[in-house]
This record gives sequence, structure tokens and C-alpha cells, in this order.
Amino acid sequence: MAPRALALIAGGVLAALTLGPIAAVLIRAGGLATLGPGDWQALRFTLWQAFLSALFSTVLAIPVARALARRRFRGRGLLVALMGAPFILPVIVAAMGLIAVFGQNGLVNLGLAALGLPRIDIYGLHGVVLAHVFFNLPLAVRMLLQGWLAIPAERFRLAASLGLGPRATWHVLEAPLIRRIAPGAFAVIFVICLTSFAVALTLGGGPRATTVELAIYQAMRFDFDLGRAAALALLQLALALVAGIVALRLSRTAGFGAGRDRVVPRWDGQGALARAGDALALLAAALFLLVPLASVVLRGLPGLAELGPQTWHAAGHSVSVALGSTALCLAWALPLANRRGELLSLAAIAISPLVLGTGYYLILRPLVNPFDLALVVTAMVNALMALPFALRILRPEAETVEAEYGRLRATLRLTPLAWLRVVWVPRLRRPIGFAAGLSAALAMGDLGVIALFADPDRATLPLQVYRLMGAYRMEAASGAALLLLALSLGLFWLFDRGGRVRADT
Amino acid sequence: MKAPSFAAGLFLATSAFAQGEVLTVYAPDYFVSEWGPGPRIEELFEARCDCDLQFKPGDLLPRILLEGARTEADVVIGLNTDVTKRARESGLFAPHGQDLSPLTLPIDWDDDVFLPFNYSHTAFVYDTTRIETPPESFDALRAAPDDLRLVIQDPRSSISGLALVLWVQAVYGDAAEAAWQDLAPKIVTVTRGWSESYGLFTEGEADMVLSYTTSPAYHMIAEEDFTKKAAIFPEGHYFLVELAAKLAGTDQPELADQFMGFILDEDFQGMITTGNWSIPAALPQEAWPEGFQALDLPDKVLFYSEDEAAALRDEAIDAWRRALSR
Repeated sequence: MAPRALALIAGGVLAALTLGPIAAVLIRAGGLATLGPGDWQALRFTLWQAFLSALFSTVLAIPVARALARRRFRGRGLLVALMGAPFILPVIVAAMGLIAVFGQNGLVNLGLAALGLPRIDIYGLHGVVLAHVFFNLPLAVRMLLQGWLAIPAERFRLAASLGLGPRATWHVLEAPLIRRIAPGAFAVIFVICLTSFAVALTLGGGPRATTVELAIYQAMRFDFDLGRAAALALLQLALALVAGIVALRLSRTAGFGAGRDRVVPRWDGQGALARAGDALALLAAALFLLVPLASVVLRGLPGLAELGPQTWHAAGHSVSVALGSTALCLAWALPLANRRGELLSLAAIAISPLVLGTGYYLILRPLVNPFDLALVVTAMVNALMALPFALRILRPEAETVEAEYGRLRATLRLTPLAWLRVVWVPRLRRPIGFAAGLSAALAMGDLGVIALFADPDRATLPLQVYRLMGAYRMEAASGAALLLLALSLGLFWLFDRGGRVRADT
Repeated sequence: MKAPSFAAGLFLATSAFAQGEVLTVYAPDYFVSEWGPGPRIEELFEARCDCDLQFKPGDLLPRILLEGARTEADVVIGLNTDVTKRARESGLFAPHGQDLSPLTLPIDWDDDVFLPFNYSHTAFVYDTTRIETPPESFDALRAAPDDLRLVIQDPRSSISGLALVLWVQAVYGDAAEAAWQDLAPKIVTVTRGWSESYGLFTEGEADMVLSYTTSPAYHMIAEEDFTKKAAIFPEGHYFLVELAAKLAGTDQPELADQFMGFILDEDFQGMITTGNWSIPAALPQEAWPEGFQALDLPDKVLFYSEDEAAALRDEAIDAWRRALSR
């Protein structure tokens, strides 16, 4: 089949799966409801926190990605792999990890108290942004790092032989790279923060931190006002589309030219100042990301012994959901790796999982028993949710390959199969592995749509964490959260590693 | 990857039919965990009904309203009083037909549709190793120093959070907003649900957590920990009750009736204490387990009927939001 037809089909399915549920909810509601003053206040807060979260995540990621790109040290691979972890933790678990570090009796406050300094208070807008940066900084780092590694090594050698100083190297090589990757990373993070709810509320400290997603939750679960929920969901969608259009317009494809994939020593950034700066960036990022994770691990260890068969079954379901959803996500992402596809996929994550779940329920119910499809729907929605991340990772590389080897294909008259085998897959292996790892891990951690579809015998692990907490089993819940962390990271590592076999990264 | 488990699902479904009739019960999600009351209810009821009781956990009323008269639920268990008005008006529920005289609730209950199975009260729970002298009244809590750290739940996303704003409304009436202003500096944060708050409390992030008068029973019985207590206020505590109801359109009316009767049965009532960590709705105090008898319970119980609560709800939430947004 022609690639164009494939792209159209993939895009059509994506649009149907995104807009279909909103339409179903709207039809059921009998129209949109008007929004109240509280909703506009929630909208302002939502936009502001999402903007700040995306800004800090992206800007802070630049020095970290740069340091990772030009330094080689022991444990670098492990650090890069662990960077995937915060992003996939269930919100409540991550929030507990952050509180163990930044909370009232957290490490930071214990340190401050020991020095006789006043305690800091994590709750407020800064807490919300802190948590969102914790979740998303690693993602931005990985996206930028991917871009840095895609600069052919010959360019750095050329820069060195031309005697370019750090400033010139920055202008010629690194700044264009950031301009290419950063706006897209900003957009994805902005959109994902638009639908934040539990973390914003918990760390926001109260009703000042009301987000649009909370208003949707209230409309759906408490007021049964589907019209208002649909109106709010459309608002989220419009915001995401605007953010997506602006970001994608800002990011241009850079032309570094093709390289010969040789490992070339870097001559830039060898000064003491640059070394110290990189070390500082890496140390700060590692502490910020890994200390809360370590606290999740420590708190979970005693609970591991308490896990019953139900939790292990749930773990099995989560792994199969994650694998199914990864396969689906990749099958979707490969034909959609272009600007339109990316915009469309951004729309998908901007839709409230609650509205999405309700919409699917309304659509499926006349046809089948939705409970039988609980895991299938979960896998599908998770694939949908992972798609923008997969595309953000794949698209720049896919376009570069097209731009730089397209002439080769024409000259050699490569068949599509040969093109895929010789050029496309080998060159895209690294981003494909990373995208697959991220999809798998994301699917492990997701809880969003399952509320209406929950099947007693086929719970997923995040759901099990909540069930255990609801039954006062806080310790067992911590154990289950640790299991979730280990499995997600394991899957992420396997895929990501698979993509980096025989690669020098 | 789906094919084997799907096939297994079909197989299990067919074998279930062979066993007898199926009673479908919608229940809150926490019901069906191995630590929740669901598995024990299922075991006890199946022993007497020659049927297959199947729990379908998840959202209760939103799901039933979406499904309308075509819902496959025969019974729903775990509803709270905040939704009974809406549920009643939907016309989807049928009278339970049970004799209510065995009820041992602290308030009068004569509802012919919604049948209580356990209850509790809102309360601020604290740790005696961290607070030696807890506030002895709601007024004392208001006047407590601002370094007393409270966590509560959001009334817009949680039942207990809603019960709290109704509690403050019942105690302070028109002065509710002023009460919230006094409480505001002590409130560390507001969480989406009870689990998040309770987690923060057990982690030591807060001194007192909005929970239930029955929470200490879990710690006493399951953990032999006697340091968790509920602060009892003479102004009274808001009453929280969990309810079951039969669907009018059930295709298993007899089984559904049998299940409604079973709810008030001594077997069910005796199990629900440690099954759901709540006080049974129809069991005299002498028959409660030891840990429950040791609980501190309020003398005065506050409760709004569903019509009163519906009329007050928006204003009560607004007073909360205004005072805490400042």
C-alpha cells in the first residue's frame, strides 16, 4: 500500500477515536452547557501552571541534555534509563515521593532545619510546577538528547578543525538543534499538563489550584452534567490545538547533512568551566529525579512481602496491556510521523480521560458488553495517549532521514522494502526503541479511562494500588507501587536498550 | 496477546451460566480488592443462593444513569446520601421491601428505596504520639494555633470532602465561611480523594486528617496500633451512611430481593465491620468486634436529608472555596 494511503487511514482512525467519544457525550448530553465564572478561573490557573511547567521542564532540560551528550562517564547509561522513571509513575506515588523530599518532614526541610534556616512549604503553584517538572524534565532531556545525538559527529569535528569556540559551536550547531526540538517538547509537556488534576490539587494546596480537569470530574461524577463536561473537554482540546500549531510552526527542520556515523571525539567543551557546569547540571538533575524515586523504593520494600495473588495478577494484566498498547502505538506512529499527524495526536492527549472513557462506553455499550473489553479499551487508549510522545521522538529523525537519504533512494532506485531494511529501520532504530519503551512504560502507569470499565478480575496494577489504599493497606500499596515502578522501568529499559544495540550511546 | 485471555473469558462466562443464575451487583472499586468486603459478601451470599454473584466495580450512579433502563445491574451497593436524590428522581430504582426495624443507626431511617448497610461519621483523626492534647471541640480546632497541620479532601471530587463542608455548615450555619477562614491557615492541602489524604497523614505530612470515626478500628484490629484516634467534638459529627438499592428493571427480582434481605442479615452485618471498616447498620453495639467497641463515638450526630443537602450543597461548597482561595 502506498505510504500516503496508510497515513490517511492511520490519521482517520486517530481522528475518529479522538472526536468520536466527545461527539457521543455531546449527543447524549443534548448539547453544550455554558460555563460559569468558576470554570474561567480554573481555565486561567490551568493555562498558567501548564505554561510554567512546560517552560521550566524544557529550559532546564537543555543544560542536562547537553551535558549528557558530550560527556562519557560510568553509570551514564543507567542514568539515562532511570530518567524514564518519573514520567511513568502513578501520580499519587510520585507525589508521595516528592513529599518525602520536599514535604514538611522531607529531606530538604530536615537539612534546612539542621542549618537553622526556615522551612520551605511545597504546597502552592510552585509545588504544582515542581511536580510537573519532576514528571516531564526527563522527557524533555531525552528528546533533546536524541536530537544532539542525531547531529553527525563529523560536524563537531569540522567545528573543531575550524577552530570554533564554545560560543560559535553553540550558534552553529547547538542552538539550531534546540530551536528544532524544544518547541515540540514544550508543546507536548504543555498539553499533558493541561489535563493534570490530582497532582495539581494535592500539591496546589487547595481550591486556588483548581484545574479544568477537576471541573470535568465534578461535572461527570457529581453533577452528572455531561453537557458541561463536554464543553470543558472541547475547551481543553482547542487550547491543545493552538499550542500545537504555534509550537510546530516555531520548530523548523534543521539541515546538518548526513554523516558517516563514526564516533568522533568531541573537542568542544573541554575547559574546566564547561566541565564543572556539566557536572553541576548532571548532579542537580540526578538528585532532583532520583532521590524521590529512591524514597518510593525504600517505602515499597517492606510492602512487597504483603502482596497477594490479586496484585500479581494485576501486574500480569498491566504487562500485557503495555505490550499490546506499544505494538499499536508504533503501528500508528510510523505512518503518522509528519506535522499533521503530530498535531492530530496532540489533540488526543488533550481530551480528558474521563470524557474519553465515557464516550467509548456510550459507543460500545449498544454493541458489546464494555466490561469484556476493559483491557482492550485500556490498551487502545494508552496507545492513543502515548502517540504524541512517540511521534515527537520519531518525527524529527524520520524527516531527517527522508531529507538526507531521499536522493540516495532516487539514485539507487531502492524498492520500498530495501529502503526500509537498509536505511529507514537501521537509522531510526534508536528513536523507535525509545518511543516503544516510553509507550510501554506509559501504558503500565495509566489509570485514566478505567473507572467505567473496571473488571473485577482483570484490574491493572495502578488500579490495584488505589484499591489497596482504599482498604487502608498503605504499606501493601507502597509495595505494589514499587512493583509497578520496577516493571515499567524494566519494559522501558528492554525496548530502549533494544533500540541502542550496537549504538554508541 | 488478547486472544488467549479473551477466549478464557468466554469460557469462564459459559461455565458460570452452568452454575446457576447470575446476580450482577455494581459496587465501588475498593469493594472488590482482596482486602475489601466484596469477596466475603460473594462467598457468604453464594453459599445460600445457589447463584453466581458478580461484582462490576467502578463508578456507580454515573454508570447507571448512562445505561438507563438497559443497565445489566440487578443491585447496586455502596451509594452515598449525596446521590440518593438524583438516583431516586431517575426512577431506575425499586423499593427494597425490607423491614427496617432491625436498624441500629443513630438517626431515624425510613427510606423505602435505599437500604443502609454500614455507617460512620466524619472526624479528624490524629496520632497520639504526635498530638498529646487534641482539640476538644470544633471551636477549639478553629482556635488552634496555625501550625496544626490538617489535610482534607475536596468536596467537589470526594464524598468525605462533601460531608465535611456539610458538617461545617451544620455546625456553623451562616457563619460557615468565617469558620473556614479560621481553618484555612491550618489546612496544608486538599486532596482529590480520601486515599491521598490518609497517605499524607500516615507519612507524617499532617497532624490531623479528615477521615472517619471508624478509622482507628483498622489500626487497632489489623495492626494492633492504638495510637490513632478520632477527635470527638461536642458540636456533633456528620453522619455518613452507605446504601444498597435494587434496580427496578432487574431480570433477577427474586435474587435481588434475597440479596437485599441478606444485607440486614447477621452474617453480613457481622462481617462488614472488619470487611469495610465501618459500623454495621443493623447490629447492636454488644455484637461489634472488640476494636469497634473501643472506638470513641460522638453523642450528637448531624445529618441533612437529601433535599436539605441538595439545597445547601452549592452554597456550602462556595463558602469553602471562597475562604480557602484567599
